[in-house]
Amino acid sequence: MSPLTYIFGWPLLAALALVFVPRNYRVIIRAVALLATFISMLLAVKMFCQFVTGHAGYQFEQQIPWVESLGISYHVGVDGLNVGLILMGAVVAFAAACCSFEIKSREKEFYILLLVMTGGILGAFASLDLFFFYFLHELALVPTFIMIGVWGRGERKNYATFQITLYLSIGALIALIGLIALYVQSGANTFDIPKLTEYVQAHPLAAHSQNFIFPLLLFGFGILVSLWPFHTWAPLGYGSAPSPTAMLHAGVLKKFGLYGLIRVALPLMPQAAQHWMQILAWLCLGNILYVGWVAMRQKDLNLLIGNSSVAHMGFIFLGIASLNLIGVTGAVVIMIAHGFLAALTFALSGYIYQQTGTLEMKELGGLLRKLPFIGTALLMAALAGCGLPGFANFVGEVTVFFGAWKVFPLVTGLALWGALMIGALYLLRAMRNVLHGPLPEKWSGIPDASSVWRKLPYALLLASLLVFGCFPRLLTEKITPDAAKIVSLTDTGTNVVEADKPRSSPAVRDQSAQYSVTESQSRLTSAATESK
Amino acid sequence: MNLSLISLEIWVIALGLVLLLADLWLPAERKRFLGYAAAAALATLLVANLGDGATGTAFNGMFVEDGLAVFFKRFFIVAAILVLFMSVEFSDRIASGISEYYSLVVFALSGMLFAASANNFAMLFVSIELITVTFYVLTSFQRGRLVSLEAGVKYLILGALSSAFMVYGIALVWGTTGKLNFNELAMVASQFADNKIFLLGVVLVLVGLGFKIAAFPFQIWAPDVYQGAPTPTTAFLAVGSKAAGFVLLLRVLFTAIPGVTAHWANPLIIISGITILYGNLCAVPQQNLKRLLGYSSIAHAGYLLLGVAALSASGQAAILYYLSGYLFTVLGAFTVICLVMRHLDREDISALAGLNQRSPLLATTLTLAMVSLAGIPPMAGFFGKFLLLKAVIEQGATNPGYYCLAFTALAGVVISLYYYFGVIRAIYWSKDAPADLSPILLSGPAKVAIAICIAGMFWIGLFPNTMLNLATEAVKALALAR
Repeated sequence: MSPLTYIFGWPLLAALALVFVPRNYRVIIRAVALLATFISMLLAVKMFCQFVTGHAGYQFEQQIPWVESLGISYHVGVDGLNVGLILMGAVVAFAAACCSFEIKSREKEFYILLLVMTGGILGAFASLDLFFFYFLHELALVPTFIMIGVWGRGERKNYATFQITLYLSIGALIALIGLIALYVQSGANTFDIPKLTEYVQAHPLAAHSQNFIFPLLLFGFGILVSLWPFHTWAPLGYGSAPSPTAMLHAGVLKKFGLYGLIRVALPLMPQAAQHWMQILAWLCLGNILYVGWVAMRQKDLNLLIGNSSVAHMGFIFLGIASLNLIGVTGAVVIMIAHGFLAALTFALSGYIYQQTGTLEMKELGGLLRKLPFIGTALLMAALAGCGLPGFANFVGEVTVFFGAWKVFPLVTGLALWGALMIGALYLLRAMRNVLHGPLPEKWSGIPDASSVWRKLPYALLLASLLVFGCFPRLLTEKITPDAAKIVSLTDTGTNVVEADKPRSSPAVRDQSAQYSVTESQSRLTSAATESK
Repeated sequence: MNLSLISLEIWVIALGLVLLLADLWLPAERKRFLGYAAAAALATLLVANLGDGATGTAFNGMFVEDGLAVFFKRFFIVAAILVLFMSVEFSDRIASGISEYYSLVVFALSGMLFAASANNFAMLFVSIELITVTFYVLTSFQRGRLVSLEAGVKYLILGALSSAFMVYGIALVWGTTGKLNFNELAMVASQFADNKIFLLGVVLVLVGLGFKIAAFPFQIWAPDVYQGAPTPTTAFLAVGSKAAGFVLLLRVLFTAIPGVTAHWANPLIIISGITILYGNLCAVPQQNLKRLLGYSSIAHAGYLLLGVAALSASGQAAILYYLSGYLFTVLGAFTVICLVMRHLDREDISALAGLNQRSPLLATTLTLAMVSLAGIPPMAGFFGKFLLLKAVIEQGATNPGYYCLAFTALAGVVISLYYYFGVIRAIYWSKDAPADLSPILLSGPAKVAIAICIAGMFWIGLFPNTMLNLATEAVKALALAR
């Protein structure tokens, strides 16, 4: 059995076990949830440490046939692209379980849904089979809606639930049609991602089917990631969600669409990718600039964080759109860094909401005096969000800008302005309003996170941000070989299409692909060291 | 002629007669337990029939026993067993004649068994009539309840009308081609592909079948009848009668007139799409749970028609797969409705309030059924919809209309989330305080029936391999349109 199976299997198993626990055994319910997420976090850390850098192919693989006639199998495995994401997901899941003490009603159902969501997300990232990839994502998505609908807060809760359900279901189903079309058009009769990639390399998809399927995946996944202009569900949805749900969704589940683009859409449809990435580069400016401006006008802290989380997605899209090694590597780094960051900010805002009952920035102020720990953590999170060196976000963003500069200088210039000016402006202004200034009388009695248990989730997420910010090599050296593979597949795709008709034998093409991988790898190592 | 081929049908009819006779001697208070005896007898028949792989034709090819027939016969028997369990629970609402109710269910079952084997228009008509006429009675069985009588009358009038259309269509087909047997008709059908009278005849037959499966524009009866009929009847109507309509539809389209069907991709796409949208959109404002499921059953007929419209073997297999998931899901849902609402007249969704405190098992079952109907993993409905969508998208290269159909189905699924979740919300998080919090006591057999439904939903959803292989084998009996 692969450790991956345990990593996402434990939370699902715990969810099943909780069904049979009577609802008044609150301590046991909480303990089971914490234990399951803690175990899967430990296993994820262990796997991350055991991951062999530079190993060709997937590690910790496991494959069990499921439906032979359709070529569906249970297949999990990691390479550099998803090993970090799984680690991030497991850490965030544990932190979210720790933060769930804010839930006071119907705890049993909440923890069951939380565990199903955790298992689904981690499984989706571990999955190397398109069917399970989608299946487990959908399994994680549905609890989100229920959690927002039932435990959500604010007056616009029902509207927010309705909106997020509608948007994300449509996004997921469009992506499903795209994935099925991909399976059907490839003619490989397999849902196995590695096999499909290999097959498509030898028999590229026809140009017209690529041009039809790619936008389905781009916009289907794009809706799931809040790509501008399909982002409006996100700020309101996160603003209304209970904080553990917002942490898991904004931090982890949202990255599914990005991961899907990198893992599935780019390597399988290289020709269409080349074309659509031009458009994506301009759309991502919508995320960075437009949503950044929207964030500046927010009066509610959670809506501001939600908008800033949408804005950050723009950098990831920019990295993917650059379609070169440095850009894609940077995109994956931001995916991981933003996962920690989003979870941290939503956890902290959840704490403040729980103590004060409001997140209106006008009503808050001077909280740093009363909440030294929470306030400091929030300040650090805001600085990480602005892209301060030392935090993992800086590494990712700077790498993305290096990668994108070569391809889209104008877009990168505008995005840089958005990152440095707009991002810093709204985040620092919010910190001034919330943490500094006069402390309103009514907040003079609020307590800080005092016990170690209460501090643990925030400390864990901050520590992760700092560790990967100070030692980015831990991530980049794992990501680059596999990002190089993806990039070379997209490149060879165009080459193959250009030199289409005289079909060279697959063996020769494999060699050339191999060659370009090593070549670009060597290029990258020098570039990466220079950039550091 | 090989009489052993119809031994199953003979046994089932004999069982129906025995039930009628037993009614004469049993004391009144024992009569309701006849349902368990009937279910046990059917289960025995099912098990005894499992090993019997005899195939062939009887009555000069009118009756065919092939993979498809065997698949559907097992399907119908399982459905009838679960419906009989439900009927026993419902028996206290039926004033008199509960044994007649059981035997009518068994007679309807025999009609469905004949439908599964029908290979001739005369056989098709007779089996459809056997099913429909028994359902006229089953629908209006609660003689003291006005809605039940209203439902019976509506079903009678519209059913008779559609039968008239169908028999007229059969006459036209016979008049132009001189054939009633499906295989013989298939040989000559392509010669008549331009004959307007022949096509009119085929269309009229399809009108009759469209009525059975409640496809647009013949769906009008479904919500009223579903709402008014006794709950076990509704359940049997939703599963058995619909599946019988589909097996006949598959036989007519792909065995009798494959050459003609091949040109009908566009009408089938349009009907399927409209049925999906109509069912889902009309279900949104519903307050009555059975009426809601009536509209949802129209929507599901639309999803099933995706597989017909795909005109491919994978589409046909997907229909069989989807139906088998649908069987456990819908019967699970109706069993819960039957148990929770047996003393209520309104059967509103609001009556579900507090169900999770009154009976966690029933609450879980209904939740799982709604999740499965909505097509959310890991339940049976998800994989079924996945297969249907896949079958449709496979054909996308031949006709762009298929992509439009896939997107229509997608829109339907998104709309359906709203009302299915409305039911779940009513169970767990109802706004108005529940009037009655007394626990619901379940009898042992009811628990067994519910356990079967839950196990079926999970088994088909999580281990689709077996069922998919069965379905793929079964549809080999059908010809392909192209």
